[in-house]
Formats: sequence, C-alpha cells, structure tokens
Amino acid sequence: MNRAALTTCAAALLTNIAAAAEIPLSERKSGYEFMGRDIRAMQDDVTTNPGMLWVLDGEALWKRREGAAEKSCADCHGEASLSMRGAAARYPAFDPRRGRPVDLESRINICRAEQQKATPFPFESKQLLAVTAYIGRQSRGMAINIPDDDRLKPFLQLGREMFTQRQGQLNLSCSQCHDDNWGQKLASAPIPQGHPTGYPLYRLEWQTLGSLQRRLRNCFVGMRTKLYPFGAPEYVDLGLYLMGRARGMKLEIPAVRP
Amino acid sequence: MARTLINVPAKARRGEIIEIKALIQHEMETGFRVSTTGNVIPRDIITDFVCKYNGEEIFRAELFPAISANPFFSFFTTATGSGTIIFEWSGDNGFFASVAAEIAVE
Repeated sequence: MNRAALTTCAAALLTNIAAAAEIPLSERKSGYEFMGRDIRAMQDDVTTNPGMLWVLDGEALWKRREGAAEKSCADCHGEASLSMRGAAARYPAFDPRRGRPVDLESRINICRAEQQKATPFPFESKQLLAVTAYIGRQSRGMAINIPDDDRLKPFLQLGREMFTQRQGQLNLSCSQCHDDNWGQKLASAPIPQGHPTGYPLYRLEWQTLGSLQRRLRNCFVGMRTKLYPFGAPEYVDLGLYLMGRARGMKLEIPAVRP
Repeated sequence: MARTLINVPAKARRGEIIEIKALIQHEMETGFRVSTTGNVIPRDIITDFVCKYNGEEIFRAELFPAISANPFFSFFTTATGSGTIIFEWSGDNGFFASVAAEIAVE
C-alpha cells in the first residue's frame, strides 16, 4: 500500500472512532441530571438559586449609564427580556470585524469599550459575571442554537481537535472522560457529559458564580496540561465546540452545580 | 446594600405551618486565608441573622467562619396573623442588611 492510501485509511479509521464516541442525541444529559435532589431544587427555585443574586446585580448594571459615552446597555438594547432573549443560545458567535468567534463575556466587553467608552470588566470580575448571568437568564429554557455558519466551521474544528487531543502530563483528552466515560465516577464525583448549558453558573465548591472559562481551566488543571490566560481564543474555540456539541439542549442559566 | 432573596408565602391560613427562606449575598471571608502576597485576608463575615414576625423574634442564628459564602436559611413558623416579617443580617465591619416581606393570614 502506498503512503497516501495508508494516510487515507488511517484518517478514515480516526473519523470512525471519533464518530462512534460521540454521544447520541437521545442520550445527552445536562449536568443537572447528575445532581442530587437538593441541589436540583436549589437551582429550580429562583429564591434559593444563589446565581439569581448575580442576575439582580446584572439587571442593575444593565440600566446603569457608564463610560465617557454616558450610555447604559438599556439605552441601545432596551428591555433585555426582549432584545437579549436567545442571545446566550447562539454564543460564541462569529464577529466579522475580528474574523473569529467571540463569547458572550467578550461581546459585553467589546460593547463596553466601543459603545460606552468605558474600561472593559476584568475576566471573572463580579460585574462581568453579573451582566453575563443577566443576559444568559433571558434565554433560560431555550435550546442551544449555534448557527450553521460556514465562517464558524474552522473554529468548531479547532475546538473539536482540542477536545479530542490527548494532552498534559496525564495524557488525557476531554473526550475520554466526557464522551467515553460519562456517568462513571471520578473519585466520588460523577463524570458529566460536559455540556455548557448553565454558564455562568454557581458552583458550591467555588462559593461563587463562575464562567465556562473558569470551569475549563479547572479541567485543565486536573489534566495537568497547559493553562491559557483568561480570554484566550483557545477557550472560545473549545467553548464553541462544546456549545455545538450541546446543540438543542435547554439552557439553564444561572445553573447550580456541586 | 447586599442583595437578598426572600421567600415568604404571600397568603396563608391561620395556624398553618409556613416555610420561610432567606438568601443573602456575602463573601463570608473566613480570616484564615492568605493572599498571594502572603498576608492574612482579614475576617469579614456575617455574625448574626434575626427574623421578626410582627416585631416578635421567631428565628435567630449566629454565624461563624465555617459557614459558606452567600448563606442561606430555611425555617418553619406558624402563620399567626397578617403583617410584616423582617429579616436582619449584621456582621463584621459594620455590615447590616434588612429586608421586609408582607404576609396576609386569613
């Protein structure tokens, strides 16, 4: 067999393995379904879900005039319950000016810098999480709907490569846990499928709200692999792939997780 | 003032056992952690929580550093009459928060 044929053969084999490992639509489960009754109840009731405290903060920030332009989010976007409904379901979205996808947090900061002429919020700051949670909340119950956009395809592919690539000192890939071994235990904790349906979410372990990027870094630390700085494009690509992988699943922002 | 989320039933029958839930946003900094520069981060916690039903104290709690951030309380009481239920949290560095909820008892 010549070399080209061999490569094709190997590529076909790899595609088959990857395709086989992917979770069928009917078996997709949000992290919610791996939790106990108590934490589910905590998430479901708006008066016990601590994430709602950030949503309230976000609502105040949405209406507050900021920056040199003296504009609030509401001055341009109006009522968030109308204008932001579904926004979180289609992010990360392609930004033509940057030529790449941006996540919701970056979109908020772009708006802050360009429209409000204000300093962007630092990543994982209380304010950025609050505005993101408030915008995300408007899409609660809606299905994740990453558009079938050709411009997103190369980035989805990059994210997918990152997801399936073995990396770090433990030589693990994301896919080995979240595609192949979900439902099993890692120490005493169940391994979820890794669908980002509730970010930013309140983790009891963190005792605060946190972004998907923070959660991804958690996994990377566990895998003993390279950490990218907050806001790095690698997280956005991986986040985009995860959102694409969770297409059709219902958003539950702000979620609560153990 | 700190953000709070309160759950008191708007209506109840006289003598009915009702559940009351109160959640408040607070860091609950333990005083045992050190910053990246090696200095101890000073303690900053809520130390007391009181709930009053028409002026009468019906629930009180003392809080300590081991209690999580954004402390949440849930407790039961008997609906004795229409009126106001007041929640008060106080703590380190002069922290104070107060919220009121109305209840109608038939």
